[in-house]
Amino acid sequence: MEHYYQPEIECASRDEIERWQSERLVNQVRRVWENVPYYKRKMEEQGVTPDDIQSVADLKKLPFLSKADLRDAYPYGLMGKPLRDCVRIHSTSGTTGKRVVAFYTQHDIDLWEDCCARALTAAGATKEDVVQVSYGYGLFTGGAGLDGGSHKVGCLTVPMSSGNTDRQIMFIRDLNATIICCTPSYAAYLGERMKELGLGPDDIPLKAGIFGAEAWSEEMRQDIQKTLGIKAYDIYGLTELSGPGVSFECSAQAGMHINEDHFIPEIIDPDTGEVLPEGAQGELVITAVDKEAFPMIRYRTKDICSLTYEKCSCGRTHVRMTKPKGRSDDMLIIRGVNVFPSQIETVLLNHGYAANYQILVDRVNNTDTFEILVEMTPEMFTDSIGKIQELQKTLSMGLVSMLGIRPKVTLVAPKTIARSEGKAVRVIDKRKI
Amino acid sequence: MSIRQLSVFLENRPGKLYDLTALLAAHGIDMRALSIAEATDFGIARIIVNDVDRCAMALREGQFIAQLSDVLAFAVPDEPGGLHNLLSEFNAAQVNIEYMYAFLGGEPGRAYMIFRVTDTERAEKALTGRGLKSLTLDEIEKS
Repeated sequence: MEHYYQPEIECASRDEIERWQSERLVNQVRRVWENVPYYKRKMEEQGVTPDDIQSVADLKKLPFLSKADLRDAYPYGLMGKPLRDCVRIHSTSGTTGKRVVAFYTQHDIDLWEDCCARALTAAGATKEDVVQVSYGYGLFTGGAGLDGGSHKVGCLTVPMSSGNTDRQIMFIRDLNATIICCTPSYAAYLGERMKELGLGPDDIPLKAGIFGAEAWSEEMRQDIQKTLGIKAYDIYGLTELSGPGVSFECSAQAGMHINEDHFIPEIIDPDTGEVLPEGAQGELVITAVDKEAFPMIRYRTKDICSLTYEKCSCGRTHVRMTKPKGRSDDMLIIRGVNVFPSQIETVLLNHGYAANYQILVDRVNNTDTFEILVEMTPEMFTDSIGKIQELQKTLSMGLVSMLGIRPKVTLVAPKTIARSEGKAVRVIDKRKI
Repeated sequence: MSIRQLSVFLENRPGKLYDLTALLAAHGIDMRALSIAEATDFGIARIIVNDVDRCAMALREGQFIAQLSDVLAFAVPDEPGGLHNLLSEFNAAQVNIEYMYAFLGGEPGRAYMIFRVTDTERAEKALTGRGLKSLTLDEIEKS
């Protein structure tokens, strides 16, 4: 039997959903107009006032927000509430050292945790379950979001955070964890490590996993389900829009339900900004209608997907989105961490290397590999292997502190990285997603 | 007199050393000695050649990264204890060796040792004081 965390919301009629959306959108636009000068100016430039927004049908009159706006307004320029009303921040890994910092009031935290609680319940979580949260805790939203959701459902929550795989496996076995939350590549790695330890799916009590923060394929889902002996659920979100839980999969595993009482989705043509009809593939745009501290209106996610309003066999009525096919900009998600080529460039230049480099990403045994080829320069070269390795190590540490994950740094001879006309081919992503 | 050695950066991939020898062959450069030190993803080829300036220019034009450094060369008798006797002098003169390599050639019964030391000038002075004179390239070639 299907369980819901908030059945009256999750299974509401289309009319009801649209009534909530319209009511909340009208209020949200008015609040933002009054409290966020940055967005008010954008509305004025577009010739729109709050009076023009009477219902969800008027959404397309409003200007878009993009990651560039977030950087322009960093850190406080898009806040809808004074800092004294805020209780938390989270942050992305950021580009060229400038991170997106998102603010939360207690109300924002509550609605986010509700969304995560819905995702957990859809994956079968009840008060009887032990949920191991193996997403990173800290500025990253993964750990905090699922942790909060797990508390709301009343599960026994194991705040493991990421890393130390053998201990993860020990806790799963010793504490009888039934649900695990982490990135899909980490789930795959857990499975691999279990095999090395001679453990099979029957040796662990897990029954379900909620995996997000990076793109993963249907093949990878099948593989994880088999090795861990679980049902694997996808979850989607962005720090700018709270974090994981903007949408989530139900038992049908046929797209992710967007929590429409909080997030209104649109699909647009990424080039023209034109709103596309149901079923068309394009860039996902989300309006958060009741987030207070960081109210995103028409936020361009850069994720390419499509929507369907068809009835789902699980009974939920909220719209479903397909797994994002890829990003419309150059951001990479490697082992669940956002990586921008421009960040790597910054580090290289700071360490005296040429900004000529190439990023190689692949997936070996379902774990992302991350290698950066860097051209050696005459200035950096010395006759001593030890000194060059020290430079490599310093560079690697600089990259870790900028990116949050460790790439393999390989030094190559000058002029061996192919130059191209105009935009350089910085990224070779061989992952099949 | 110290000898000028060329250290060349090489990627640790098939064909890279071949590229270097092809360049040297094309420029008619003769190698006297060669040693390769390797790390996981790169290596350094250390070479002593007949015409170091021409070789350095050819390497630069060929987009190789290379560096000149001074090394000391000594001849040792090719017999048990030959190197040991030489090193005992290094030891007495308190000379620190960073790396070394050997090659045979010239006169039969003789081996040549190339030393990269921490402070070439000081080492040379200390060793000369003990009656050990490092060889020039000409001396190696003639022998």
